Amino acid sequence: MEDRVLEIDNVSKEYRLGQLNGRTLQADVASWFARLRGLEDPNSKIGADPARIRGETLMALRDVSLNVNRGDALAIVGRNGAGKSTLLKLISRITLPTRGEIRIRGKVASLLEIGTGFHPDLTGRDNIYLNGAILGMSRAETAARMKRIIEFSEIEPFIDTPVKRYSSGMYVKLAFAVAANLSPDILICDEVLAVGDLAFQQKCLSKMRDVAQEGRAVLYVSHNLRTVAELCNRGVFLDAGRLTCDGTVDRAIELYGGTGARDLDRDLNALPRPKRRGEAIRMHTMRITNTESIEYEMDGVMRFALEGTATISEPLLRLRVTLFGSLASPAAMTQSPPFEVRAGERFKIDIAMPLDGLSPGEYGMKLSLLALTPQGKSSYYDTVEDAGKFIISEDPAVNDGFRWSVRKWGNFRMNPLQLQSQEVLP
Amino acid sequence: MHEDKHWDIVIRPRRRWLDIDIKGVYQYRDLIWLLVKRYFTLIYRQTVLGPLWVLLQPLLTTTIFTVVFGTIAGLPTDGMPKFLFYMAGSILWQFFSGCLTSTSNTFISNRNLFGKVYFPRLCMPISTVVSQLLNFLVQFAVFVGLVAVYALQPGTAVKPNGALITLTPLLLLQLALLGLGFGIIVSALTTRYRDLAMLVGFGTHLWMYFSPVTYSSSMVSQRFPQWARLYQLNPITPIIDLFRAAWLGAGSASARYMGISAGLTLLVLFLGVMLFSHTEKTFMDTV
Repeated sequence: MEDRVLEIDNVSKEYRLGQLNGRTLQADVASWFARLRGLEDPNSKIGADPARIRGETLMALRDVSLNVNRGDALAIVGRNGAGKSTLLKLISRITLPTRGEIRIRGKVASLLEIGTGFHPDLTGRDNIYLNGAILGMSRAETAARMKRIIEFSEIEPFIDTPVKRYSSGMYVKLAFAVAANLSPDILICDEVLAVGDLAFQQKCLSKMRDVAQEGRAVLYVSHNLRTVAELCNRGVFLDAGRLTCDGTVDRAIELYGGTGARDLDRDLNALPRPKRRGEAIRMHTMRITNTESIEYEMDGVMRFALEGTATISEPLLRLRVTLFGSLASPAAMTQSPPFEVRAGERFKIDIAMPLDGLSPGEYGMKLSLLALTPQGKSSYYDTVEDAGKFIISEDPAVNDGFRWSVRKWGNFRMNPLQLQSQEVLP
Repeated sequence: MHEDKHWDIVIRPRRRWLDIDIKGVYQYRDLIWLLVKRYFTLIYRQTVLGPLWVLLQPLLTTTIFTVVFGTIAGLPTDGMPKFLFYMAGSILWQFFSGCLTSTSNTFISNRNLFGKVYFPRLCMPISTVVSQLLNFLVQFAVFVGLVAVYALQPGTAVKPNGALITLTPLLLLQLALLGLGFGIIVSALTTRYRDLAMLVGFGTHLWMYFSPVTYSSSMVSQRFPQWARLYQLNPITPIIDLFRAAWLGAGSASARYMGISAGLTLLVLFLGVMLFSHTEKTFMDTV
């Protein structure tokens, strides 16, 4: 299988927790000497068995297996701490796995926080050579690509200026230009597009797409799901160190977006809240009342009942619903007119939420109870981030026969354009 | 089971101690040169005298040694002109201690870089040693010039020994490898025991006084004969002795202790490279 450029075979990575540098040379020598004589380590905790020691370690990755072929643009998504960066660090040989094996064919260039190894006092050109060498290129190879790199970076007039005089945008442009033009077999990108202007970001994305189309592989980690969806043709989802899904980007993004309940009855009381929310006034249950499933037609209405308790009085409380689309970015917001709750009461409100204008697709709901401050801001009493999902089913007839593409058109369907007049020009 | 030969890189949990990537270092030789170039571009930036410091440093040190140890303390210099005698000692010592101290913080001072991208970590200390060597060669050229001036004067005591002079490259190589070896041992250990970094400066300073830099080793064998043998086991001692014997014609060096010194050098270098290679693979987890 010559197409295979990367095989990750049952890889685990374990980190020791706690104070790592707290050991002294003397203690280490004593432990080592005791081990040498087959005695018990004088520095181990009394009665510490292997199971407990395991409690002091963190499994950053557990038995991860993954194959990457030429032409793959692979998105690695997962929440913070899921092990994405650890995986990339293993592939780029910054540290070793605890178990398992990684096999690589060809050259790996990593854009882990680009600009690595740039020296502020060297000129742009010198830094290109140095950066190229750090990424494994010979001087001649870098020289051969010099023109392309400078062109791509868009900073030609400043190429012989020390990079400490660069703006941070120029710095990033140069760094990306070097790494992207080294033609590696595997290009690793970790949150690289956080800086740089919009036009350059687009350029980087298309460059990364080219890399994949030229038959090389791209591994891309980002929380910016829009770019993930745009760039990648394959996605994996990491959850607490395990690879739980290996399939399409959409599937991985969906998992990342939250596994919120799809029930009609939702126990909001049990869900986590941000700090100090849900104390004075708290939502307890939400019950969807007008459908047997959670599917709605386009321009339909969702009805639900919300129950909660209040320990203080608030004459002008409102319910706000924020919707999140498939890319886990906010899609829309709507809220109720103010209503009154009194201290010590249990309340129940019935809500009708018109879904006019929402495009077909799956939506996550975030519910908040809040009041308006005199400054025109929101004063939150309670927030539930992931109160569940609902689906608006596709009906091309509503959209003049066109199927809706969320990726291209977004989550909001404006009213149709009005054709006011038409004439034939001579 | 897959055969390794189909793969360019196979990453496994570390198992063996003797996993040394010499081939990798060779593949990255351009990086070593660029790092050397960077060192020289940067070290004298925004200084008034610039590269002149390469010469000023040893000349000033030598002058101080000449005044303090030669004139005030009146230590014997084997009948050699004091300035030349101390210059030989001080440029060699500075070369050695420069190699040692500037490689001893490889992991700590490069941890940001090492944490983001892989390349054979040995490139860093090697490039440092090459930079030190180039520095030394400039100083050495001045030294050779001074030797020539002294040797051409009538009735001079300076009589360079042509046969021994041919050994100079080997001596320098040995000194460089010794400094590199000790430096990378310290650098590997400091990833776990930071205290060592504090000790390095003090230790090398102390070491200098146990080496024939500010005095001649013949003085040791005359005044403290009971310690002479131990003194010669210091691997630096025979190197400096032989260097002085070659270029000034003063004193002598024993082939036996030279051999021991060479053996120690190889041992230290081997241990250093082994420890360094072992550390480089996972030190990011500990630093």
